[in-house]
Parts: sequence; structure tokens; C-alpha cells
Amino acid sequence: MSDNKKPRRDFIKLSAMTLGGVGAASLLIPFISSMNPGKDTLALASTEIDLSPLEEGQSLTVIWRGKPVFIKHRTKSEIDSARNISLEDLPDAEEDSARVQKDNWLVVLGVCTHLGCVPLGQKASDTKGDYGGWFCPCHGSHYDTSGRIRKGPAPTNLPVPPYVFLTDNRIKIG
Amino acid sequence: MSSNELQGYKKTLNSPYTGIKGWIDSRLPLIRMMEAEYLKFPVPKSLNYFWSFGGIAMFCLIGLILTGIFLGFHYKPSADDAFDSVERIMRDVSFGWLIRYLHANLVSFFFIATFIHIFRALYFGSYKAPRELVYIFGLTMFMLMMATAFLGYTLPWGQMSYWGATVITNLFSAIPVVGDAILTLLLGDFTVGDSAVNRFYVLHWLLAFAIVGLVVFHVITLHMTGSNNPTGTEPQSWDETVSFHPYVTIKDLNATIFFFIILAFILFYYPNILGHSDNYIKANPMVTPAHIVPEWYFLPFYAILRAIPDKLGGVIAMFSSILALGLLPWLDTSKVRSCLFRPIWRYCVLLFAVNFLVLMYVGGKPAEGLYVLISRIGTAYWFLFIFVLAPLVGFLETPRQPLTITNYLQSKKA
Repeated sequence: MSDNKKPRRDFIKLSAMTLGGVGAASLLIPFISSMNPGKDTLALASTEIDLSPLEEGQSLTVIWRGKPVFIKHRTKSEIDSARNISLEDLPDAEEDSARVQKDNWLVVLGVCTHLGCVPLGQKASDTKGDYGGWFCPCHGSHYDTSGRIRKGPAPTNLPVPPYVFLTDNRIKIG
Repeated sequence: MSSNELQGYKKTLNSPYTGIKGWIDSRLPLIRMMEAEYLKFPVPKSLNYFWSFGGIAMFCLIGLILTGIFLGFHYKPSADDAFDSVERIMRDVSFGWLIRYLHANLVSFFFIATFIHIFRALYFGSYKAPRELVYIFGLTMFMLMMATAFLGYTLPWGQMSYWGATVITNLFSAIPVVGDAILTLLLGDFTVGDSAVNRFYVLHWLLAFAIVGLVVFHVITLHMTGSNNPTGTEPQSWDETVSFHPYVTIKDLNATIFFFIILAFILFYYPNILGHSDNYIKANPMVTPAHIVPEWYFLPFYAILRAIPDKLGGVIAMFSSILALGLLPWLDTSKVRSCLFRPIWRYCVLLFAVNFLVLMYVGGKPAEGLYVLISRIGTAYWFLFIFVLAPLVGFLETPRQPLTITNYLQSKKA
């Protein structure tokens, strides 16, 4: 083989390898994609809840996407304690008013943002932590009456799931 | 190619054996290889019982795979059936209790053997050149072991299984930006559930056999350099070696039997002592147990995770604590291998072992008050040991002249 043929051979090799590489990489897409939640799992993505049995001060835990959602009918003092603080004291600063649609109803995901445990505080007998909201027993995170992180290793507030009030006493989560 | 060269190439296919043995061996040179690598393989004659724990770990692995296969005949990997199928193994399957308790306790003993095996490598300098790859394959296996043990622990689908799985998989959510998407992808759902337990079961099997594959690499690299020994000096002549069989085989078998007698005691008298009673409660996604404690062999690493008050930082510290150990062959600047001849480093290594046990203790305690402080000091020493003491002590200390294997054995007799 003469020397001037070499670049041509290199070009063919390089093109073949590139094309093969791209082909192999695209073959990964269906496999990785198959690992995501299936259609049946996604179909369970919304839940409707009747709020009327909940008295002021009571809480309810419902399941949404396999996770607990905390619904809290807040008392006046709980709302006040969530509002009468300076945002500078919060690790993850967020106004209480930005976290609720109606002042007396708080809806948050009941999953600690640290490592996913379910915080205590839903039952009357539960410890509610130093800020009167929830306390995660796994690694000691304290949440306030707006579900915001106040103390402990959790990096962010309890997330507010997407929900709408269908009527005054009925909400749909998801 | 000349015909002479060709002959040389073919000669390697000529077996030293005759008959059926020769017929097989000249086509598949396995018999020849086993004889060279196991029956006649020379090892330093100064090995002590610390050198038996590699073999013991291997017997544990074989036991785990065998018991695992028989458990797999009865286990059902789904959120609805998993817990009940394990209870069925315990109550209804003939000898199911024995096979499951064996599987569960063998893991603990596998870890005990591995911890001692790793300590041996640190104390006698087995990680140093030319055995770096032996050591790195070993650490890789250790990480796969932890992954496999974690996946296995989730399968009975008790409360600890479920919440352990939740906490550990949530470590991935610490990854900035894409963390939650990756977690959903890994679980196949928004939470640990039916989809996760199915995958965990498949991966538990897959990783177990990946470890077997790595054992092969661990042994190939070991047999290239030969075993280290307490003196850290290489054998100078054939006189300083013995053949693997029968000397080491018998010694390892002896050690293994003693080790398994202790296992049998735990197995038959205290089969649940190393587990957690909450795992006999079926998984409930709505209620987190008051104290989530990982299995005892994860506690040192769990302590490191909790020592750092930041989620991502804790995860990074935990994973890098093992990865950093892999750098030791290059960070240790001493020319002497064995701690027997290293007056300062010896205490650094012993303190590292004590520190490991202290971390194990605080990892099982609630993350508050003094325990947090101790776990932080322990974590600091872990990294100090690897990144500061290993390079520094090599310069600072004046090691004793290492004894040869012959002199060492004589000095022990005297």
C-alpha cells in the first residue's frame, strides 16, 4: 500500500468508528428510558380530597404518587407563628403566603428533604419539633407550621405539591 | 512466520499430562494452570493467621451464593409479596429458616473477614508497590459488597428494609440539579416501591456475580506478585517459601473452620442479634421508625455521612472515605512496607483501626450532642490518616531495617 493512500484509510476508519459510536449511544436511549416510571405509575398521579371533616388544628395524611402529603388545618396562632418571623432566620427563605393558597390550609409533601423519611407531627401525640410543625426522627430536622426547615440537616423546605381547590372543601393534588 | 517460531507457539499447547487429563489440558490448559497457581504456588513461609482471612472471605462468598440460590427459589420480588414470601421461607419452607439465617449471618461474617483482611493489608503494607492493583481490586470488591449487602437488606421488605432503602436511594437526590430526576429513573417510581424491589432483586444477583468476577482479577494480580508477608520483604530464595498446597490450604482450612464455628454459634443461638427487630414489621410507606439504623457493617460510613452538617457534603465525604483509601499506595512515601519496622506509622494504623470501631459505635447512636462531636473527630482522623499522615510519616520516621523472612522466623523462635 502506498503512503498517499493512508489518509483515505484513516478517514474511513474514523467515519466508521464515529458512526458506530453514535449508533451504539442512541441504542442506550430506549434502555435508559425504560427505567423511568411507566404509564400506569404516571396515571396514578392525581388525588382528590374532601377537607370538610378536618377541624381547625387537625391534620390529615393522604397518599399522592406513593408519598404522604400532609394537609394541615392551621389555627390562627399557627398561621401567626409562621408569619411573624424574619425571613433572614430561614435556611431556605420563603414567605408563608407563597406556600399556601388559603391561609388556614397548608398542603405539603410529608417527605423530609434530607433523606426522605416521614417527619412526625401529624398526630396530636407526636412530637412537633422546636418550631411547632414537624420533626424528622431520622436525622433531626425541625420544620415550622409552614413546613419550612428551621433546624437540622435538611437543605430545603417541605415542597408544596401542585394542587387546586375544586370547591371550598375539596382539593385535587397533582 | 518461520516454522521454528510456529513450533514455539504450538509448544505452549502441549500438555505435561497424558491420557484424558492430557487430552483436556492440551485443549483447555486449566489443569496445568490450577497446578501452577494453587498446588505448587510458592508463598512466603512466614505468613501468619492474618493471611487466612482472604480465603475465609471467599468461603463466605461461596456460602452466600449457594444459600442465595435456594432463597431465590422461594422469594417473590414485589411490594405486595416480598415480606410474606420471606415469612413463608421462615415458617413453611423445609429448612427455610436455616437457609435464610445462614444467608443473613454469613453477610455479617463476610464483612468481619473483609475488615480484618483490609486491616492486614494496611498493617503489613500489602497495598504498596508492586501490589497496588491487588489492593484496588480488593477495595472495588468491598464497595460492590456494600452495594450488594444494601440491596439484599431491602429485599425482605420490612420497615428497616424500606426506610433504609429510602434513605440510601435519597443520597442520589443530593446531586445538584438532576438529582431528583436520577432518583426517579433509578427507582422507576416517585418512591421506593414495587418497581424498586424488583430492580433491587435483579441487581443483588448481578452484583454478587460481579464480585465473583473481581475475585478472579484480585487473584490474578496477586499471583503475579506473590503474597506479601509479615516482614514486608520479598522471599530471597526458594528456601524462604513453601508450596501453597498443602501448607496454606490446610492452615486456611483450619482458620475457616474456627471462624465458621463462631458463625454457627451466632446462627443457632442468636440468629437475630446482628439484625433489627423492626424489620419483622412489614414496610409501611406512611410511618418512619423512630430510629433508622443501618446494618452494623455500614455504621462507620453512616457516622461519616452524619458528621458533615450538609447533605451533599455528607454524601461526598462518605463515598470519598473509601475512594481515598485507594490512593494510599501512592500517598504512603515510606520505602518500608511492614508496620513491624515502622515505629510511628504502626500507631497511626492501629489508631485508624480503633477509630473505625469508634465510628461504628457512634454511627449506631442518635446524631446529637457528644456523638456528633466524636463522629466529626473520627471523620477528620480518617482523612488526616490518608492525606497527611501517610505522606508525612514516611519522611519523618526512621524505620528499622526490615528483617529477611529467615531472620524473622529465627527471631520469633528465640
